Amino acid sequence: MSTVVIRGARPYGEDAVDIEVTDGVITGIGSDLEVGTDVEVVDATGLVALPGFVDLHTHLREPGREDTETIETGSRAAALGGYTAVFAMANTDPVADNAVVVEHVWRRGQEIGLVDVHPVGAVTVGLEGEKLAELGTMARSAARVRLFSDDGLCVADPLIMRRALEYTKALDAVIAQHAEEPRLTVGAQAHEGDLAARLGLAGWPAVAEEAIVARDCLLAKHVGARLHVCHVSTEGTADVLRWAKARGTRVSAEVTPHHLLLDDERLSTYDPVNKVNPPLRTAPDAKALRQALADGTVDCVATDHAPHASQDKDCEWSAARPGMLGLQTALSIVVATMVEPGLLDWRGVARVMSERPAEIAGLPDQGRPIAVGEPATITLVDPAARWTVRGAELASIAANTPYEGMELPGAVVATYLRGRLTARDGKATA
Amino acid sequence: MRHLLGTEGLDPATALAILDTADGLKRTLLGREVKKLPTLRGRTVITCFYEDSTRTRVSFEIAGKWMSADVVNVSAGSSSAKKGESLRDTALTLAAAGADCVVVRHPASGAAHRVASWLSHTNTSVVNAGDGTHEHPTQALLDMATLRERLGGVEGRRIGIVGDVLHSRVARSNVHLLTSFGAEVVLVAPPTLLPTGVADWPVGAAGSLRISHYLDAELPTLDAVMMLRVQAERMHGGFFPSAREYSIAYGLSEARAAMLPEHAVVLHPGPMLRGMEISPAVADSGRSAITQQVANGVHVRMAVLYHLLAGEEDAA
Repeated sequence: MSTVVIRGARPYGEDAVDIEVTDGVITGIGSDLEVGTDVEVVDATGLVALPGFVDLHTHLREPGREDTETIETGSRAAALGGYTAVFAMANTDPVADNAVVVEHVWRRGQEIGLVDVHPVGAVTVGLEGEKLAELGTMARSAARVRLFSDDGLCVADPLIMRRALEYTKALDAVIAQHAEEPRLTVGAQAHEGDLAARLGLAGWPAVAEEAIVARDCLLAKHVGARLHVCHVSTEGTADVLRWAKARGTRVSAEVTPHHLLLDDERLSTYDPVNKVNPPLRTAPDAKALRQALADGTVDCVATDHAPHASQDKDCEWSAARPGMLGLQTALSIVVATMVEPGLLDWRGVARVMSERPAEIAGLPDQGRPIAVGEPATITLVDPAARWTVRGAELASIAANTPYEGMELPGAVVATYLRGRLTARDGKATA
Repeated sequence: MRHLLGTEGLDPATALAILDTADGLKRTLLGREVKKLPTLRGRTVITCFYEDSTRTRVSFEIAGKWMSADVVNVSAGSSSAKKGESLRDTALTLAAAGADCVVVRHPASGAAHRVASWLSHTNTSVVNAGDGTHEHPTQALLDMATLRERLGGVEGRRIGIVGDVLHSRVARSNVHLLTSFGAEVVLVAPPTLLPTGVADWPVGAAGSLRISHYLDAELPTLDAVMMLRVQAERMHGGFFPSAREYSIAYGLSEARAAMLPEHAVVLHPGPMLRGMEISPAVADSGRSAITQQVANGVHVRMAVLYHLLAGEEDAA
């Protein structure tokens, strides 16, 4: 039996308590808990204790692009970012559209043991949007896939999408849609707005996202299925979600940290570190997304962590791959955009970073309350810390962070997964 | 001036200095049999074209040669780009090989800006010879030189730019340069060929910008009309129903040209699609400045190379 007492932490930013953890479970919470001599005491004075974060949207690049990220390096980045569960998107090479690949990803995650790595299964074979992948086989595999997505590509065919939504009802699973009408985004390079037009970058119009979200909400309601919307990026999408939720659609949605903080003003340097899909939108969009996250229209934050090699970023804009690192900066961006302006308190942070994503993905032992009898899956955050982002110092192999050189508030000090320390003071423990 | 990447944000005084230098060079060379000035002897200019181009590449090459620079032409088809070398590595290679100036034409918007940032630690200058659908600054400068000759200047003048503004780097560069010199620019195109929010673009404070969909309504008050090329791929992209319908609404026919004021000038950046956006008779008429544009192109590019490589202090 091993026991740890986390001393003086403030669950959800509230009154300081001691948290006793025995064999991965919270066994006591109170002020000045008595501590035996063989018990390890961790001083957490001033730190905020939150349930471990759950990321519904990461790209760990293994198998296929291990030169940019592996399940191991991505797990380290996740633990350092306060995450205890991540969902690894299916657009690997080979594609995670079958039980073999998803079981590989799941097992590698378990071997590394820093974070629960849940593979996302592809909706269609090869992400080609034409034929349903063997969703049931993936759901029944050792990886127990419950989230399916063709992310990177939209399930654009309305009939295929309808069938996918219907079929997953029997699997207790959810389809996560990358909402992008492909006919409206042919050659698209950047948010279709004044700036991209002036810069000669082909536009990715907001309506290409909003039209698919509206269609899919209608389809989900029609067939009585659940729908999850990936990386909501526009004010109009938030409006559509608000409308759909009001009429009882079972829809959930995520927003990325970069869409909360950054906007298309960043295009003017043509530096592809700012290229991402969906693209950085306008400042009013970012403001509307922060509001939508605060009021629950958008359920949670997901990173869309997307490592890319320098040769795929340090090039001309149109040749660059879209995507940015996100796991280690997500909490700080949420503090900067939501906590500091008063849009979310720490209870709210727990909701959008942990509780809601765990519910959406159906993880029974994540996003749990910090309470006796619950798993000791806890992230300790120093709310007063400030740190400067350096891509080269992040745990990912790739270094494509758009926050290079920015000073951000709030830092993850320690992460516990079922009582086991996975990261502490900037070092992953494996 | 370290680089010439665009006319957006180009200081009007610098633009004026280039135009005055071009003017001086043109007068100096007028009637000379040997068109060679020693000014850039020993300097190396490399043109690096990732898109097919006749007039721009030749114009830069002649400009460099008339200034006695050593001019090397690299095209994507014959370079390492074909073997998969990145634009960054090509740029670093050309600078390391001794280029004092790299002239870049590339299908990606912003390519010249990226090259300039990669070469920021060198002394190599970068000239944007057309980047995607973004800018083509020397084209705008040569258009301005032509308009100065024909109209005496553009301040208070109304200039129509007609056609595929959406995909036109020539239009973008002209909008910024013309308005910074006080012109009133009217973009005339069907709504499908106008960039998002173009009416609200920040333009030179001295000038103004507005849009119109009706060429016939604009022609009688234009001092100059610049016809843009309609690229074949646009005809199939659903931007307008047919070449015939486009030509009927936006082509500069003889009847349309007759609606222009007597003094009005017709420009075209080339290559022209005769019979499509401009009728042959108009293109070859006295009010057409099309060949004058090409001639001025050489002098303007000589002036640009001069200002980049020889410094401002002894400008002609």
